[in-house]
Amino acid sequence: MSHAATTHHTSMGLDSRKMAFWAFIGSECLLFGSLISTYLIYQGRSVSGPTPGEILDIPVTSVSTFDLLMSSLWMVLALAAVQRGDMKWAKIWLFGVVVGGAIFIGFQIYEFTTFVHEGLTLQTNLFGATFFVLTGTHGAHVTVGVLWMGTLWVRALQGKLGPEHAMTVEIAGLYWHFVDVVWIAIFTLVYLLHK
Amino acid sequence: MQDMKAAEHPHPTAGTYLRVAAVLAVLTVIEVGVFYVPAFKPFLAPVLLVLSAIKFAIVVMFYMHLKMDSRFFTLLFGGPLLLASGMILGLLFLFGVMALGH
Repeated sequence: MSHAATTHHTSMGLDSRKMAFWAFIGSECLLFGSLISTYLIYQGRSVSGPTPGEILDIPVTSVSTFDLLMSSLWMVLALAAVQRGDMKWAKIWLFGVVVGGAIFIGFQIYEFTTFVHEGLTLQTNLFGATFFVLTGTHGAHVTVGVLWMGTLWVRALQGKLGPEHAMTVEIAGLYWHFVDVVWIAIFTLVYLLHK
Repeated sequence: MQDMKAAEHPHPTAGTYLRVAAVLAVLTVIEVGVFYVPAFKPFLAPVLLVLSAIKFAIVVMFYMHLKMDSRFFTLLFGGPLLLASGMILGLLFLFGVMALGH
């Protein structure tokens, strides 16, 4: 059964799904704003270690940051390919996004595992509690994004994704890029400006 | 209101996307580089915050297409973003992480 893409325009002439998704992203700003402010408020107030300076691995996180940035590029290239009906490249770029996202999650799993082995858990100190909640929430968002992009990739492989679904891909892209910009903020505030 | 209706201009080309990615990559390299240069220590926070804000804005404008989409989407995103930024700053002052008048 083929699902023809139907457009739902508001009285302003804008796509209602896109408008709703931007409103959702706005609400996500407040969620991450609260988590980032909690992290910053408790920064440097742990009474015991490990502290960020002792445990954060900047070179490794720089690589995962670069990987996430590049996956954003692959996402826009996938959207451009879908819009011009070039499904061969759309499948390639979407696969790239899935792999890029999975690599980022792999880095995060490696980081979390290393930290736990070095004695930093959610219960260890204020740094551990706020760090794991903030980066873990972001990681959960990336995981949802990988599953979402994986679904689009499978639909493209099945021939169920075409130029008529460009808005579906664009909305998925908005989510992916939002996850990227949140990481841009986290990388600076948590990793590069640690106390 | 007319501005908000006038919407959804064509998206950038693949070439623009690649140039944006190159700029983002260079800014990330500068960020990490600045972090390791001792001479930048006194200015580390402002420099990194500005670089981060530029990267954030570039992704939102070009990859999320806010530069060419309806201004209403900018409002839907920018409003809560400002609110969140204000909340963060307010809480940092309230809890003494940042202070005025020292």
